[in-house]
Amino acid sequence: MKPAPFAYERPRDLSSALTSLAGGGPAAKIMAGGQSLGPMLNLRLVAPELIVDVTGVDELKQADLGADELVLGACVTHADIEDGRVPDVTGGAMRAVAANIAYRAVRNRGTIGGSLSHADPSADWVSALSALGASVTLRSQAGTRKILISEFVTGALQSCLMPDELVVAVHVPKRAASSQWAYVKTCRKTGEFAHGLCAVLIDPDAGTARIVIGAIDAAPILVLHPEEMFGGPIKGDYKERFDARVADRLLSAAGVSEPAHRHIHLTVLKRAIREAA
Amino acid sequence: MRDGDHSAADGPGAGQGVGARLLRKEDDRLMRGRGQFVADIRLPGLQDIAFVRSPLAHARIRSIQIPEAYRSSVFTAADLVGVQPIRAVSGLPGFKISEQPVLATGKVRQVGELVAMCVAPTRAEAEDIAAAVVLDLEELPAVHDMLRARDPGAPLVHEHWGDNIFLETNYEVDIASALDAPIKVSREITTARQCMSPLEGRGVVATFDHRLDQLTLYSAAQMPHINRNGLAECLGMDQGRIRVISPDVGGGFGHKGILLPEEICLAWLTMQRGQPVRWIEDRREHLTASANCREHHYKITVYADRDGRLRGIDCEATVDSGAYSSYPFSACLEAAQVASILPGPYVMPAYRCRTYSVATNKCPILPYRGVARTGVCFALELMLDLVAAEAGLEPGEVRLRNLVQPAQMPFDNITKKHFDSGDYPEAVRRALASIDIEAVRARQRRGEPDGRRIGVGLAIYCEQAAHGTSVYSGWGIPMVPGHEQATARLTPDGGLELRVGVHSHGQSMETTLAQVAHEILGVDAAKVRVVLGDTAMTPYSTGTWGSRSMVMAGGAVATACRALAERATRIGAKLLQQDAAQVVFDHGEVRGANGSVSLREIAHTWYRRPQDLPGDVDPGGLEVTSGYKPQRDSGTFSYAAHAAVVAVDPDLGTVEILDYVIVEDGGVLVNPMVVDGQIYGGLAQGIGTALYEEMPFDAAGQPLATTLADYLLPGPTEVPAPRLHHMETPSPYTEFGVKGIGEGGAIAPPAAIANAVNDALRPFGAEIMRSPITPYRIVEALLAAPTEGRAAA
Repeated sequence: MKPAPFAYERPRDLSSALTSLAGGGPAAKIMAGGQSLGPMLNLRLVAPELIVDVTGVDELKQADLGADELVLGACVTHADIEDGRVPDVTGGAMRAVAANIAYRAVRNRGTIGGSLSHADPSADWVSALSALGASVTLRSQAGTRKILISEFVTGALQSCLMPDELVVAVHVPKRAASSQWAYVKTCRKTGEFAHGLCAVLIDPDAGTARIVIGAIDAAPILVLHPEEMFGGPIKGDYKERFDARVADRLLSAAGVSEPAHRHIHLTVLKRAIREAA
Repeated sequence: MRDGDHSAADGPGAGQGVGARLLRKEDDRLMRGRGQFVADIRLPGLQDIAFVRSPLAHARIRSIQIPEAYRSSVFTAADLVGVQPIRAVSGLPGFKISEQPVLATGKVRQVGELVAMCVAPTRAEAEDIAAAVVLDLEELPAVHDMLRARDPGAPLVHEHWGDNIFLETNYEVDIASALDAPIKVSREITTARQCMSPLEGRGVVATFDHRLDQLTLYSAAQMPHINRNGLAECLGMDQGRIRVISPDVGGGFGHKGILLPEEICLAWLTMQRGQPVRWIEDRREHLTASANCREHHYKITVYADRDGRLRGIDCEATVDSGAYSSYPFSACLEAAQVASILPGPYVMPAYRCRTYSVATNKCPILPYRGVARTGVCFALELMLDLVAAEAGLEPGEVRLRNLVQPAQMPFDNITKKHFDSGDYPEAVRRALASIDIEAVRARQRRGEPDGRRIGVGLAIYCEQAAHGTSVYSGWGIPMVPGHEQATARLTPDGGLELRVGVHSHGQSMETTLAQVAHEILGVDAAKVRVVLGDTAMTPYSTGTWGSRSMVMAGGAVATACRALAERATRIGAKLLQQDAAQVVFDHGEVRGANGSVSLREIAHTWYRRPQDLPGDVDPGGLEVTSGYKPQRDSGTFSYAAHAAVVAVDPDLGTVEILDYVIVEDGGVLVNPMVVDGQIYGGLAQGIGTALYEEMPFDAAGQPLATTLADYLLPGPTEVPAPRLHHMETPSPYTEFGVKGIGEGGAIAPPAAIANAVNDALRPFGAEIMRSPITPYRIVEALLAAPTEGRAAA
């Protein structure tokens, strides 16, 4: 289990990283912690000609607290978030998610941008940040674009990232004081990938909801218009009005064909809605 | 000394002899990272090997295309002229022989089968070469389901057999007498295919010493002398020209008890090229290629009277043996063992078991810690809970009514197993008391605030260990244990060196054999060196397997040390100017009426001042090699009762182990702390079997768990701290009354946990009859349960 030969660059600034990436073309691969890419390289599931390790780029490790949002550099680690080394605008939601990602050894090296770029539907940030309404900034030599994470992830292990593009930052909007949050997942053992995972951000005052069902073999399901799920607009009594049959249909439509699998996803969703606070 | 220390120094577990909780001697190097494993060995010019392995489960090899640049770095079966395939034949009538080519010829029969060997200065470069070799394969229909493999018309793994059955056996005692029993429960029960997953995988370093005209093969192996047998047979070499060294080994569990085709390949290559070569098994190779374990299927009916007393068991058991019969245990040991041990520790008047060892397009099956017992215990103990439910009795009560009673010991059971000693019902009573069965039942009636369901499960087994010649000659496999030998010799400064052919890969033999020697010779355990794992340095042995090493090597060390004491006594008597009959050997010295002389002085005299020796001194001196067998070689029978309390989340299907109790009787324990460690480790593996570990295959025979992210092993948060209780019934047949205990911890947990889960699910009308018990399977069973069951629960 040794990787196929590859060239390795560890640029110290963003423009060098983008130059390397552009030069490498489709045969280049970004490494931003290597917690997923490392095993894939060793198993020769991927065999890039060039690895551009972006963890030496200081500007990707910054955290900027703005008036409406927190901007986290792509190379902020899960442990940075877990340990509170970066500011929080989510009322502790992100710290709690970070603390339960895989194992501490993974959290020490794994990064938020790397995890999002990998676009594993069982990964925590893909669903949690989608529910929090976060976006990513993508940069290439051609320019910059900003996109919602829910649109960035297009399928299982698929995103709209172009070969010459790099996730440079994650924009997390400030969570409204009136919003209620829950993140529930179920794993066969501590630290393993979840087989049921839901994130909910519901604001009864504003009448809005972002409900995400992850850990399926497709892009996580995002429910933005939950009227059907709650038999009408979101209000203070939404927990009593939750109807699991709607989510059951969404899961079937997303390809979750086994009833037992759907039952587990629905249980996680029900508990997330019950626990939202 | 403070008062408080006094009792500790003199009480149970003190001292250095048999029964002492002596700290492990080997830990000084292992805990400091100074162990030497195969992968730590560096030889000048060492080359690394990677193998081209079959990507298909079943295919004909049309061609193997080697790029011109790598022609001298790649070797195929065509190069291995004169190398014989691995043949592990059983003498049981009807056994069909498989020949496992060390590199594939003609056909590949499993994913991961070796096709070509690539050599390079580093493993990464060797893998690059392997990736450049092109296999042209004609895919054949594969058979990966052992029950389908039995069907006529199934694809044939070995065409000339005409079917896929390595061996079929039948054992029957008066089954007709059971058929009218009022309770009759039938089920199909399945245990998953598993991987043994020692921390260290297999590994081989091969080099040739021209001065000695000797191949030296370093291998992570449990049974180095047996590996040498196999290497000599396959390579056509004199045994004297082969030395097998097994250095520190990071866990064996059976996986390191086979002869590997990789070992033969590397031995051949180092002799061809004159360079040392190595291959270190990676985790993917471990999971998918070399050997799996545990995959059983039972179609079983249990007959009982209304009071829960067993009338008989009727079973058809199938074992997925994989594509080849592995050396030396063969493809049939597992299934044949099923038939002989399925009755467990219970008394019954009737029994029938038909077994099938089936060939499939999967890697060979190997005996894993507990061997067939883990599966058998799972099948039988699940069935006994169903009998209890039918009879309206507590599961514990059904056990108590059917277990062999202490007054019956020694007891010959229905399959002629000779249970040597013990009080099986007492173990159950203690387990029930310790788990507080009444309190658990009360808690179940109260219900849980979080909606989870509580279940309690029991499992009991007895385990034959250290069984010898009379048992293994019956299997007729390439390895039959005889007398176990040990060499004991005093060094000129009064230290002791022990040489034994068993090995230690977690068993702590360096410590426990030193304790045995201390018990007899009084030599400080720190001054006892135990030499293991080297065919050039140790007496022949079948090695470490079958929970045999403490019984067999411990007995051999005791025998050799006694003979050494006898010789030392004669020399000591001369030095004391007394007759040998007038002196005694005690605590490392020879004592007479007029004084004493120490072993150190006696050793000094033999080696350094022979002029002081008596004229009739035994010329054998202070070095003894002795052989040992217990008075009966039918095996010791340790036993245990396990009890588990679990909480099951009926909607997520998750299982939490709330309490776990083990009551165990391994006879006299040489080092109780070491036994506790063995049981903890076994429990962790048993929990893996119960809840996590499974190697699934797709319809084409592809193994689907290729990393430890897919093949789940329990971690620290999944293994609770069990509460251990020891009983001590000495074996009447062995030195000190010890019994083999190494495997037991892994046998009962799957059954105890499954019974606990089923106890929790019973109100729903749901049950799980297979391992592992995954969240998906629990939810699936609950969804399939009758709706009234769900409503009532």
